[in-house]
Amino acid sequence: MGPFAYYINKVEPFSVRSVQMEYFIDVQSVTKIYASERGPVHAVDRFSMQVEEGDFVAIVGPSGCGKTTLLWGLTGLHPFNWGRAYILGKEVDKPRRDVGIIFQQANLLPWRTLMQNIYFPLEIMKENLKDYRERIRDLIESVELTGFENHYPRELSGGMQQRASIVRALSYDPKVLLMDEPFGALDAYTRDEMDTLLLGIWKKTRKTIAFVTHRIEEAVYLANRVYVMTPRPGTNSAVFDINLPRPRPEGITMEKKYFDIVAKIKKRIVKDVEKQKEEGVYQSQAWSTVT
Amino acid sequence: MNTYEKQLEDAIPDFEEHAAEMHGQFDISSTVSTVRIHGWQQVIGILAVAIIILGGWELLIKMFDVPEFVFPTPSAIFKALVESFPNNYPHFLITLSELVAGYVVGAAIGLILAAVLTQIPYLEKIITPYILLLITTPTLALVPLLMLKLGFNIWPRIIAVSLASGPMVMINSVTGFRRTDLAKIALAKSYGASTFQIFRRIRFPLALPMIIVGLLVGGIFGLITAVGSDMVGGKMGLGNKLSYYSSLARMAHFFSIIIMISAIGISIWIIFSRIGKKWASWQE
Repeated sequence: MGPFAYYINKVEPFSVRSVQMEYFIDVQSVTKIYASERGPVHAVDRFSMQVEEGDFVAIVGPSGCGKTTLLWGLTGLHPFNWGRAYILGKEVDKPRRDVGIIFQQANLLPWRTLMQNIYFPLEIMKENLKDYRERIRDLIESVELTGFENHYPRELSGGMQQRASIVRALSYDPKVLLMDEPFGALDAYTRDEMDTLLLGIWKKTRKTIAFVTHRIEEAVYLANRVYVMTPRPGTNSAVFDINLPRPRPEGITMEKKYFDIVAKIKKRIVKDVEKQKEEGVYQSQAWSTVT
Repeated sequence: MNTYEKQLEDAIPDFEEHAAEMHGQFDISSTVSTVRIHGWQQVIGILAVAIIILGGWELLIKMFDVPEFVFPTPSAIFKALVESFPNNYPHFLITLSELVAGYVVGAAIGLILAAVLTQIPYLEKIITPYILLLITTPTLALVPLLMLKLGFNIWPRIIAVSLASGPMVMINSVTGFRRTDLAKIALAKSYGASTFQIFRRIRFPLALPMIIVGLLVGGIFGLITAVGSDMVGGKMGLGNKLSYYSSLARMAHFFSIIIMISAIGISIWIIFSRIGKKWASWQE
């Protein structure tokens, strides 16, 4: 019996389902365990999620619950240990062209101008930049960055940098967008602005979006559906359908209907944490580097 | 090993951005950025200081009637520089070509070694002590030995210059290549970048400011070594002229040679400041 026996025994054989094409993102009980100096860290445990074409799904949960791990697993950069994840009907095993990723930090390359940063993925993919010129010009216009093409990142504000990174992710026209707390590093006002901007982009481009955030308000404002994760190891706690009308005006965040959903989700998360504490399995986030 | 355990080897990734670490003892990045001169007032100021220093020097020597073999006046140095220029020009060219040839070879080897070694940490650990040995040993000490083997020609000097400049370029470039920004590498990987693409598009630009510093320091060390090895033996080069004029106490001529050497040094500095301003100015 090795040190991992506990985890191995805990994992049930995942159900083998046929690949269902109607789901753009199909996550089937994925599990991720990291090895660390203090023993294995069970980050995600048998999490499942289904996202249809053109859908906007948010994933929320207490910090350290494995939201980012889930998303990074979906990018193919840090594969899951167990379970399967399909994007567009194909199992995720490596980074793919039809998936765009937006990180927590804008992560622009400081030695490139805004325009060169936007062309960066196309250069890596060895695309002919000329074919994308018009498309990128429209994208830059839609995020209100026209006129800043030749600025270096250090000359741009945090919000502008993150807008540039959205254009960068959209530049090669991926069908699926994975967003990892993209506005987490921004101040509250810029964040709200960015949320509205993102809704506009989503409406225009009709991308399928999986959006990880720790802000329930943001998740409810943006998404069609909100997946709630339990504290670590993160697994499915609940799914909330957000039946707020579309298009959603900014004022909707002042309405009772909106607050009710937010409160319901918050209660759920608090309950999950309390339940884990009662069982004595709640892990403090002290040694978590993954949020 | 259990197949499940095998899958657990993935360490916890650090999604935070990694700050660039500064570990070269020769980190003089700030040298690369040039002092900018704004407007004619500053130019006049700089010229005024030069006139005061040179004029005062000239005046003091004239006042106390210091003989030329003790200390020459600026005007005598200038005269010597102009008059002996046709005579000293070939020596200038020889020292310059020693420097350029040795530097190009040494810097190229240093740069390639740095790029390769930093990708293979095990090899880096093995090679580093020898590079340190090369840096700490004055290459000038090797010139007489090289001359015994290769004769009194330009080759021992070229080798000495590359031995002096190569490790300087290397140690600074290593510092540059060691800067790993995992977030940016992950970004490139998320677009399916190959190892070479990551090197070319992320690691190399990230290392460039330190590489430029290395090239600058390597150039200056190369110049010192070129002049020094001229002095050790032979009948050519600016270093040789230095010992010649000093042995005859022709101090005006001696200083004119020093001016020629400084001209090379200043040119090296200007060249790399320009390059640094163009390619490394993002790092501010």
